[in-house]
Amino acid sequence: MEALKAEGVEHIFGIPGGANLPIYDAVHDADLTHIQARHEQGAGHMAEGYAKASGRVGVAFATSGPGATNLVTPIADAIMDSVPTVFITGQVRTELIGTDGFQEADVNGITMPIVKHSFMVQDPRQIPDNIHAAFHLASTGRPGPVLVDVPQDLSRADIDYEPITDTPNLPGYKPSTEGNIKQIRIAAKALANAQRPVIYAGGGVINGNASEELRELCLADNFPVTCTLMGLGGFPASHEQWLGMLGMHGTRTANYAMDNADLIVNVGARFDDRITGKLSEFAPRAKFVHIDIDPAEISKNVPAHIPIVGDVKEVLPKLVKEYRASQADRSRLDPWWERIRAWQKEYPLTYEDSADSEIKPQRMVQAMFAATEGDAIITSDVGQHQMWAAQYYGFDKPRRWINSGGLGTMGFGLPSAIGAKVAKPDDTVVCLAGDGSLIMTCQELATAVRHEIPVKVFLMNNGYFGMVRQWQELFWDGRYSSVEMGPSPDWPKLAEAFGARGMMVDDKDEVEGAMRDALATEGPVLLDVRVTKEENCYPMIPAGSAARDMVG
Amino acid sequence: MEAGTPDLIKLDDLDAAAGALTGRKHLLSILVENRPGVLARIAGLFSRRGFNIDTLAVGPTEDPEISRITLTVDGAVHPIDQVTKQLHKLVNVIKIRDMEPGETIAREMALFKVSAPIESRAEIMQFAEIFRAKIVDVSRRSLTIEVTGSADKIEAFERMIRPHGLIEMVRTGEIAIARSKSDA
Repeated sequence: MEALKAEGVEHIFGIPGGANLPIYDAVHDADLTHIQARHEQGAGHMAEGYAKASGRVGVAFATSGPGATNLVTPIADAIMDSVPTVFITGQVRTELIGTDGFQEADVNGITMPIVKHSFMVQDPRQIPDNIHAAFHLASTGRPGPVLVDVPQDLSRADIDYEPITDTPNLPGYKPSTEGNIKQIRIAAKALANAQRPVIYAGGGVINGNASEELRELCLADNFPVTCTLMGLGGFPASHEQWLGMLGMHGTRTANYAMDNADLIVNVGARFDDRITGKLSEFAPRAKFVHIDIDPAEISKNVPAHIPIVGDVKEVLPKLVKEYRASQADRSRLDPWWERIRAWQKEYPLTYEDSADSEIKPQRMVQAMFAATEGDAIITSDVGQHQMWAAQYYGFDKPRRWINSGGLGTMGFGLPSAIGAKVAKPDDTVVCLAGDGSLIMTCQELATAVRHEIPVKVFLMNNGYFGMVRQWQELFWDGRYSSVEMGPSPDWPKLAEAFGARGMMVDDKDEVEGAMRDALATEGPVLLDVRVTKEENCYPMIPAGSAARDMVG
Repeated sequence: MEAGTPDLIKLDDLDAAAGALTGRKHLLSILVENRPGVLARIAGLFSRRGFNIDTLAVGPTEDPEISRITLTVDGAVHPIDQVTKQLHKLVNVIKIRDMEPGETIAREMALFKVSAPIESRAEIMQFAEIFRAKIVDVSRRSLTIEVTGSADKIEAFERMIRPHGLIEMVRTGEIAIARSKSDA
């Protein structure tokens, strides 16, 4: 506990159980706030939401066996999206390990493929060292989840805590952050020579707190910018150099620009398959600069011509300095911008509004933007609503868009909103939920009520697993199989049953007003928004296709 | 190349070197922290990323805190730079050396149990002598032979002996050490 405090931990999310009783006994007297979740998966996503909103390490506790296995999804989520998190699990007593004891699970073994690192405590005197090392690993280099598994008898031992100030002794761990200056120089010169450059930024810009530095680079010349789902907010969506998100549900402009670019500068993104589509036809005319703190990301999917290993926050200012020195002619990009402006004009993000009072989901997101004045922390679940939010809620600032990108975890929205609100109590936090997703973790409404965490849940309710339905419609001959939600709960009543406020709206002219009411209402609120049942999310690159073959 | 000079990079001249297949066998010598679970992390990494380990040998080093893992990977199937970069991400992995074939002494040991009736026994023993192998156990029907050398040598011996009736074969997997520089 002392070690946690020394790391500056103020909030912990978790659930007690047999094997972590000694830890929770210490929580009793500790000077920090414990948020009692209702399912360990919820606690894990809360820790992630906390980390994503604040940039600080999120911490979750669980007991052994089922408690620990319930953390597996958040841990996998955190490795995919590089979320700095520390998970501390109880384990059965040392003498029971390996005997299939009550509530025993080899959580260390189970999570080995999905952690940045893990510690199995074998001596109580190691606990402070392991905790400090866990925080160091979680928060430096490429961030990620670290697990510390503590057998019950060892967490019981009384040990003397001596403050540790040194960097932990990890001989195999030396992230390089500076970036090779020669490579940076070559990248600057390549940029100066590029006729059709695109800056393609990802979650590394958010994780690295480098949105200012990214802006500097983009404004060092008239560079067009696109971001991945995880990078949204890394560059202001209201800026004229912004092309929109790229990838499967990105804008045509962003995807066409990638397709036609002669130089792509990847800043902290990883050429995920949702970005590249068919790899062999991805950006066929381009050379690649790839800046990443994780060397293994470079040339993993797309071979880099100019690899730069480093922290984007340190690399980008150097790149800007080198680029300025090259005094490239700004007007060389004019023909490129002419083509881009033509795409923007021909293919704007658009949808057909309903003729009656029906609420189109895109309109719901626009209403949410208006009601929050574009300045809320938005968390989301996974599916159509997530993509519509990414398309239609123009994020201008980093750490305002919190969602599950890599793992695509349905049920992420509500608990991560709770975590975000705990981290940023003065900000408005809205969870844009899907009805398929929300029911997976809706028990966390009880957490929000109990701890008086005033998150607002705007439920995009279409009665389907909408994205799966869309795929069945488009690619499986409309043979709907298990995608209808059927008798969903009466959501406002469910919210009331948890002790939260429940509201409903089904008229497009009343959505924004209802949202404003929900935001003005104290405490947690669930607003059930009945939207078009069978609306498809477009544009779209069908899986395995090339960007130029976008549909819709 | 100096900053601020007008010499520009021609994009057409840029090549992407990484990610390529080398087409040969690579012997990786990996220093790891001597801690429980390290081998499981390495084995798990290989299976998770779809890489195959051809051979594997683990043992102590001159430093009790550090163990050495020597493994061979087929560079015709897997991009070696991606394999080593992924290995480097493991916190317990301290150092990885991709051993250069010309500058490396690599050795493996193998035990062969061969069917050896009186008629062919002399011939088998002659093979063993040519390969500088040792007979380590004898019975009425079989000989057990210990061979040390490069993987190629052991495979050559196997080819010679197999027609006589190979009952069982055990190989350790290669271990390797870098040659000293001649002036050192």
